[in-house]
Amino acid sequence: MNTELWGGLITGIIFGILMQRSEVIRYDRQVGAVRLIDMTIIKFMLSAILVGTVGIYQLRELGMIALSVKGTVVGNNVVGGLIFGAGWALLGYCPGTAAGALGEGRLDALIGMLGMLLGAIIFAEVYPYTQTGSLALGNYGKITLPDLLGADPWLLIVGVSVIYLLILYTVEKLKL
Amino acid sequence: MYSRRGLPWDPYISGALAGLLAVASVALLGKFFGASTTFARLGGALESSVLPQHVQTLSYFQKYPFKMDWQLMFLVGITAGAFLASVWSRTFRLTLFPDMWKHRFGTSPVKRSITAFIGGILAAFGARMAGGCPSGHGLSGLMQMSISGYISLICFFLGGIIIARVLYGRRDEA
Repeated sequence: MNTELWGGLITGIIFGILMQRSEVIRYDRQVGAVRLIDMTIIKFMLSAILVGTVGIYQLRELGMIALSVKGTVVGNNVVGGLIFGAGWALLGYCPGTAAGALGEGRLDALIGMLGMLLGAIIFAEVYPYTQTGSLALGNYGKITLPDLLGADPWLLIVGVSVIYLLILYTVEKLKL
Repeated sequence: MYSRRGLPWDPYISGALAGLLAVASVALLGKFFGASTTFARLGGALESSVLPQHVQTLSYFQKYPFKMDWQLMFLVGITAGAFLASVWSRTFRLTLFPDMWKHRFGTSPVKRSITAFIGGILAAFGARMAGGCPSGHGLSGLMQMSISGYISLICFFLGGIIIARVLYGRRDEA
């Protein structure tokens, strides 16, 4: 195995330990979030994003990395996002957490992963149709919030961080 | 004997560490977190073992051919890391039924299996259409302040909230 593969394995192991011990890979935590009764995964995700945003933009400013932004196609993002959300609530795991849940013995996660393989196979059949018509509407390319608003990234990092902290503050207030 | 090992870690601290890990991964290897592309690559490999000629005609699988890459090993690592952590903390449990599910829907293996399978189909289909999952669009997307990340993550939750309401009713009912 080369450096890239070893790097992926080691990163995954650490991420798997963090997600297992904070219980975010559990069905009850994920469905708890979309039932709006348990915000553990929101605390985990927003903490990671807060730290990650500062880190990524700092490295970029130092010229050490390039961003790797996924293209915005509003039709695909919205419709695909809603379909994903529906499947996520039925299964109770997303692709990454299903892999983790399998590691802690959850057999329904394994069944869900088999479903994901079929879901990808079905998507490959309809893929050409998602690239035309209303699903392809709103194609803005690989844009970020600083691109869209033409504002300084650090100003926007402060802005989004305040929003994330307000969400977390509300979650704590409501004892979720 | 009472043990602290099984107690969950704080989600804020674990999340912040995951954020540092994600930054380190980009700094050292140039790799952003993601998971759903691997299911596309594996789905294509699976289908081409049965219908190789047909897969040749699918532009999507030409775009995402099977390969042993960083993300596949990342997913293998997640399974291994969760396994190690669950054994160490004595929280490993071989089961088909999450507690919340059991409480609401009982212990029919057929019911849970079919729901999980259909959920998996929709999750991968939707993630591939949206261009990513909560790792790629959620974590990596929002860390870069990507517009597609914000739109997708909000829609993941909207879709999830609607179907969770259908399954479990209003939150004060269940």
